[in-house]
Amino acid sequence: MIPGRQQPTNLEEFLEGLWKQNPVFVMVLGLCPALAVTVSAVNALAMGAATTFVLLGSALLVSLLRNFIPREVRIATYIVIIATFVTIVDYLIAAISLTVYEALGPFIQLIVVNCMILGRAEAHSSKNPPLRALTNALGMGLGFSLGLLALGSVREIFGSGSLFGIALFGADFQPWVVMLLPPGGFFVLGAWLLLFNWWRARTPAALKAAEVQSHG
Amino acid sequence: MTPRIELRTSPHVVQGGSVEQIMLHVVLALLPIAAFSVWQYGLSALASLVTVTLACIGSERLFNRLAGKPGTLTDWSATITGLLLALSLPPAFPLWMGAVAGFVAIALGKALFGGIGYNVMNPALVGRAFVQAAFPVAITTWIPAFAPQRFSEFAPTTFTAPLMQPPDISAWAKQALDGFTGATPLASWKFDNVLTTPTDFLTGAVTASAGETSAILILLSGGYLAARGFLDWRIPAAILGSAALAALLFQWLDPARYPDPLFVLLSGGLMLGAVFMASDMATSPVTPKGVWIYGALIGVITVMIRYFGGLTEGVMYAILIGNALTPLIDQVTQPKLFGQTRGKRA
Repeated sequence: MIPGRQQPTNLEEFLEGLWKQNPVFVMVLGLCPALAVTVSAVNALAMGAATTFVLLGSALLVSLLRNFIPREVRIATYIVIIATFVTIVDYLIAAISLTVYEALGPFIQLIVVNCMILGRAEAHSSKNPPLRALTNALGMGLGFSLGLLALGSVREIFGSGSLFGIALFGADFQPWVVMLLPPGGFFVLGAWLLLFNWWRARTPAALKAAEVQSHG
Repeated sequence: MTPRIELRTSPHVVQGGSVEQIMLHVVLALLPIAAFSVWQYGLSALASLVTVTLACIGSERLFNRLAGKPGTLTDWSATITGLLLALSLPPAFPLWMGAVAGFVAIALGKALFGGIGYNVMNPALVGRAFVQAAFPVAITTWIPAFAPQRFSEFAPTTFTAPLMQPPDISAWAKQALDGFTGATPLASWKFDNVLTTPTDFLTGAVTASAGETSAILILLSGGYLAARGFLDWRIPAAILGSAALAALLFQWLDPARYPDPLFVLLSGGLMLGAVFMASDMATSPVTPKGVWIYGALIGVITVMIRYFGGLTEGVMYAILIGNALTPLIDQVTQPKLFGQTRGKRA
């Protein structure tokens, strides 16, 4: 805890990941799954849910063990904890829906190396009590899911003319093939980042006020 | 230009031509090519030219507004992007896709980097590359040149409803011109080993993108621009020369398999790309040596893609690669400064 800095309320803790420090739009972390699996809204939501689950599990465990983990091996410990939950979620998704499992491919296992999760464990869970860590992790997970959904819906609308598998434009729709390809992921992510930053920069006065408050 | 003596500090050599002037001359040089394209392909090509150009101009205006910049429409650069883009698309390309290409060209190719002079790649080619990746079928759907009814009716694909698939064109095209196969000269060479004759190329009786076929007009326009000093003649010379040399080499290796250099020069978008796209001032090197390297690279890559790639035409990607390498080429070809010793670079 930084001296003189007020402990954030639970609501602030929750909203941090959802909006103010959104993993996709503000921190720009965890981009590998964000770009790779967001070809449809369903895939995006599945990946978001899986990541949220791992985030919650690892936050709880890291927070509980925070006084027992030796500093020197903390990263390795976090990875083992995260990998445990990734294994659980990997089997879970395979059991629930094989189609989604195949669509997500290796990217479920790759949640292990999602920098956002490791970053949370290092920067937040290891320094906060379990409830606070869970609140923050939930906000982060939902924020990540929101970011993926934003990417996935745009790419699905342009790339397949549908949303959540429901056709929007009829049978004659011309799919924009590029949107389903990797470049499309970059284009859409760039467009969302542009929009998000433009929106944030529109009210510099409000931002400044928030800054003064948080540092004052 | 008559040399003038001025009593002031350097630079003393005054080169005529503001951005507006240069750009206006490029537009004027493009107009005969556009006119020839309309004469070849009729109303569809005209509609495509107008729509794509308007989409570019509209996007330019929109982004200027969003960025709070003074308008840059009067410098004609968006018009050039639009004309070049339309000339590089199939003449019966659905208008809504053309508008998308125009918007992407200005948005991703130009506005994102800060507008005119700051773009890394040729905006028209960025737009074309986007629609090539997005609509691979529509961008390889061709209509016959000199169809008899080209001035009385549009091709069925032209007025496709936005976001919808263009209709199948083969029946219409067959009825428009007997025996029409829908293959470009490069495609018929690559897949059927049929060479188009130079006469067909020079009269424009080939299936191609709107502005690709008028080799003579392109060279005349380019010659005019080069003579006025608005175009670096070394770039087209290097591209065409290196492509011809590469073609010659391959023909010497295996005459049965590879076409003659003339076919390589006349087919596809090589002429248009070499004269008008690769020579874009903002995206080509500035050093004398660099210009030759840049041109040779584009020429050779084009031939490589045509001969060994999956696509039939490679000019677009070759120029985009050349554009991307431009900063590097400029850096390694810096001329020696006066008084500089070997191996010691500032």
